[in-house]
Order: sequence, then C-alpha cells, then structure tokens
Amino acid sequence: MAKGIEIRTSPHLKRVMSVDKIMRTVVLALLPICAFSVYQFGLSALLLLTTTTAVAVLTEWFFARASGKGNTVSDWSVVITGLLLGLTLPPGFPLWMAAVAAFVGVALGKALFGGLGYNVMNPALVGRAFVQAAFPVAITTWTPAFAPGRFAELIPSTLTLPFMQPIPVADWVAGLQMDGWTGATPLAIQKFQHIELPASDVFTGMIAGSAGETSALLILICGLWLAWQRMLDIRIPLSVLAGAALMALPFWLLDPGHYPSPWFVLSSGGLMLAAWFMASDMVASPVTARGAIIYGLFIGMLTVVIRLFGGLVEGVMYAILIGNAVGPLISSWTQPRVYGATKKAKESE
Amino acid sequence: MAELPDTREKLTPDTFLRGLWEENPVFVMLLGMCPVLAVTSTTMNALAMGLATTFVLVCSSMLVSLLRNWIPKQVRIASYIVIIATFVTIVDYGIQAISLELYAALGAFIQLIVANCVILGRAEAYASKQRLTTTFVNSLGMGAGFTLALLALGTVREILGNGTILGISLFPADFQPWIVMILPPGGFFVLGAWLLLFNWLRLRKERKQTEQIGVTAHAR
Repeated sequence: MAKGIEIRTSPHLKRVMSVDKIMRTVVLALLPICAFSVYQFGLSALLLLTTTTAVAVLTEWFFARASGKGNTVSDWSVVITGLLLGLTLPPGFPLWMAAVAAFVGVALGKALFGGLGYNVMNPALVGRAFVQAAFPVAITTWTPAFAPGRFAELIPSTLTLPFMQPIPVADWVAGLQMDGWTGATPLAIQKFQHIELPASDVFTGMIAGSAGETSALLILICGLWLAWQRMLDIRIPLSVLAGAALMALPFWLLDPGHYPSPWFVLSSGGLMLAAWFMASDMVASPVTARGAIIYGLFIGMLTVVIRLFGGLVEGVMYAILIGNAVGPLISSWTQPRVYGATKKAKESE
Repeated sequence: MAELPDTREKLTPDTFLRGLWEENPVFVMLLGMCPVLAVTSTTMNALAMGLATTFVLVCSSMLVSLLRNWIPKQVRIASYIVIIATFVTIVDYGIQAISLELYAALGAFIQLIVANCVILGRAEAYASKQRLTTTFVNSLGMGAGFTLALLALGTVREILGNGTILGISLFPADFQPWIVMILPPGGFFVLGAWLLLFNWLRLRKERKQTEQIGVTAHAR
C-alpha cells in the first residue's frame, strides 16, 4: 500500500476541525469573562483562576502519564475545566481548597472514567460539588465587587494555610466601608428577604457573586460568539434558559412579591455561565437534536425548582450534574428512526 | 463406599495471613460493604464494629465447624443463620452493657451483623468443611482483615472529617474539617481510594512475577 493513502469507511469528507482547535476556541471565549472577573474582584480572582487551571493541568498530566496514555494536556480541554471551575468559586475562596476542587474534579470526574470523551459528568462541576459538600461555609462566603484597592491587596481568605479554616473576612469587609454591603448575593437577598435588586445591575454584573458568573451580559456575548463559530450546540443553552424562564413564570405571575421574575432568574447566579459553558459540555450532553432540547429544558426547570423550593440558594450545579446523569437515557429515548424501518417492529416478534 | 478425598486444610501461617491480605474480605472479596460504608465515620466506631464482627465470625465459624457432620445439607443455611444470630444477640447485649453511647452510634448495624456476607461466606465455604483448629485460625484472620479494613477507612475519615483520631485532636484549633468525609459520600470516596491502592499494589506484584517468569524462561 502506498504511503499517505488512507483506506477507511465513510464519512470521507471531514471538517477541518480537531479537538484541540475546538477547545482553544472555547478557552478564547472564556478569556473575556476571566478578564472581567479579575477587573471586578482584583488579584484574588486572578490567583484563584491561575491556581485552579494549574492544578487541573498538573492533575491531567499526572494521570495521563500514570495510565500511559501519552500527553493529553495539549488538547486544551483540561484548561477549560480549570478556568470554569475557577469562575464558579467565590473570589475569596482559599487557594488550597480551590486546588482540592481542581484535583478532585479532574481526577474523579475525568481521569478515572478514562479521560476526555469518557467523562460522565462535567469535571469542573464534580470538583465544585465536592468542595460544596466538604467546605460549605467557605464556598458561601462572598466578598464585595469593586472593592477599593483590589489590585493592590488580596482578600484575606485567599492565602489561608492549607488544611486551615479560611481567615475571616468580616473585619476586612467592614474596613472597606462599602455602602449597602450585606454579605449576600442578589440570589440570596431575593430568596430570603424577597427583595429584587435592579435587573440592570444584575444583568451587567455590578454585583457580588462567584468570580466569573456575575455578568450575564458578557457571558451571553461570549456564548453567542461561540455558537456563531459553531463550537457549541446552541439548542442546549437556549433550552436551559427557556426551561428556567418557563418554570419561573407561573410562580412570578401568582405572587410577584415573593417569587423572582423570569428576567431576574435568567440574569442572576450562575445560570448564564452554566447554560452556555457547562450544560453544553460536548461529552456529557445527549447527542440527538431532540435529546439536547429535552436535556436543556430539564436542567433549566430543575434549577428553578431547586432555587425556589430547595435549601440551597443556587441550584444550577446540581441540576447540570443530574442532567449529565440522565443524558445517556435521553439520548437512547430520542434515537431517530432508521429510514425505512417500520415502527411496529414489536409485532413481528 | 468410596472414600471422599480429604479436602481438609493443613494449618499453616497462610491460614491466618490469607484473611489479612490475599483474601481480605473488604478490599479483595468486597463482602460486607454495608457496615464498611456506614459505621466508619470515626475510628472508634470502626474498631468496635470490627471487633464485634470478628467475635461473631470466630464463634459462629467454630460452632459450625463442630456441628458440620450433624447439620443436614438441605437446611444448612438456615442453621448457620440461627447460629450466627445467637452470637449477634450476645454481642448486641454485650455492647449495650459496655457502652450505651457506642451502642447508639452503631445503631441497627449491630443487629445487621447477622446478614454480613463475610460470616455466612466463611460458614458455607470454610467452616462447614474444615477442622476446628484451622477454622479458628482462618476465621480469626478474616476477622482481623475485616477490622483492619474498617480501621483503614475509619482513621482516614476521622482525620480528614474531624481532625481527630480516636477523639484526640491532631491539628491546631483552626483546622478546617472536610465535612464530606463524615457524610455517606465520604465513605464511598475513601473506600474507592483504598481499593485503588490495593488493586494497584496487587497488579504491580503480578506484573513483577510474570516478568520474573519471563526472565527465567529467557535464561533457559
């Protein structure tokens, strides 16, 4: 056989698109969100993102070596995991806990299942779910956005010694003398005090929250760009958002003083980031077109159910993990009918 | 009548050691997972559970071994369960008498020793065919292996989840406990990690043995 001639089955026409190119584009789309996060929360957010990414990459490198799979770091997928994980954590999250989250996410969520393409759930969310269960206090400690001097000093809890409790930030926050700071995110204020912050502030991200989930507007732009580049299945984010809005609408119509408006639901918390960048995880979401829509609606609705009736303030993380878990089932339910095959195959048995 | 081949094992150190390592009930045979996951949130609970199970295991195996020629084959499982249940009742009252606190912590899992596969497995697979002395040594080894495994889980979970070991604090006061470790998921995580370690060690040993065989074969 002559060299350079490849004999293989169809498809013979391939798009010039490789895994690492897709992943690089996603990283590129995430960079503006990271930049805004650093602008908003300062050096602490920068260190947080660097730590999660570095630990995720190191973990991937170690497991790839240990399993003799060759270098899988260069496909960039693990960089996405690291960045996404960092973006979902509170800006003052102790770095050692962030490192634990990144290690658990990549090791337990990805490497144990066989690496990229085999992970059942989104690795970044596996890592976050682990630290949510392990360190519930640290992961719900919020610090104000746009603190003065955020580029000169770190949030005190960032540099907590490993295995130690996070350094309390209450005194530091009080020293900032920021008006109207209550130590809660807009979601928590809505949930427990039933006060909706101005939707424009929440939408553009001028609020407290996790490092990279505050600006719904910016995430929307980056996500749309990614969809325009055909790097994600736009059905998934759109149906997640539609599911959340549809679920929230009847409650808001019944009692607007108690329940959040659909608009607030869409722009607050981590829903936007999760819908565009996490639910659309190519490996862990259903492959069929109808399946993708069912999966998205399911995640959106579950998020609102957890937010409104669960003990937690934000539910999108668990909603996506559950969505990932039922993804294969949805895929098998929505298999397209083979052309020419009869529907009543059962009768012939 | 034809004489049956003698399947009785000779007493060697291996009779005891097998339970600790090669046939460890938890890490190799994956038996009795219920108490392994449920009561290992602290070292003390793990140790108490391990000792209680060992006591029931040794006593019931010996009794089964003594009665092995009188128990009809058709009702053997029921008979074993009655024997095991007798000793579980003894342990149940015993722990209640020694420490009510421990009894409350272990909860229903003391009574559930009766359904522990390790014990029934020993009775069926070993004690019903072997002499009293080897049965005693073998079941003691199995019990020790089970206790060891429970302790392995219990210490890791207590150190990470509480910062203590047997209630003694190991870290400075501002240690951050990993709450997930004393919750049920922590049990699965730690068990998985230990199984990973054991399987890795076993595979490495096997690989070394095959390599050695390969080398000697080559030398010939």
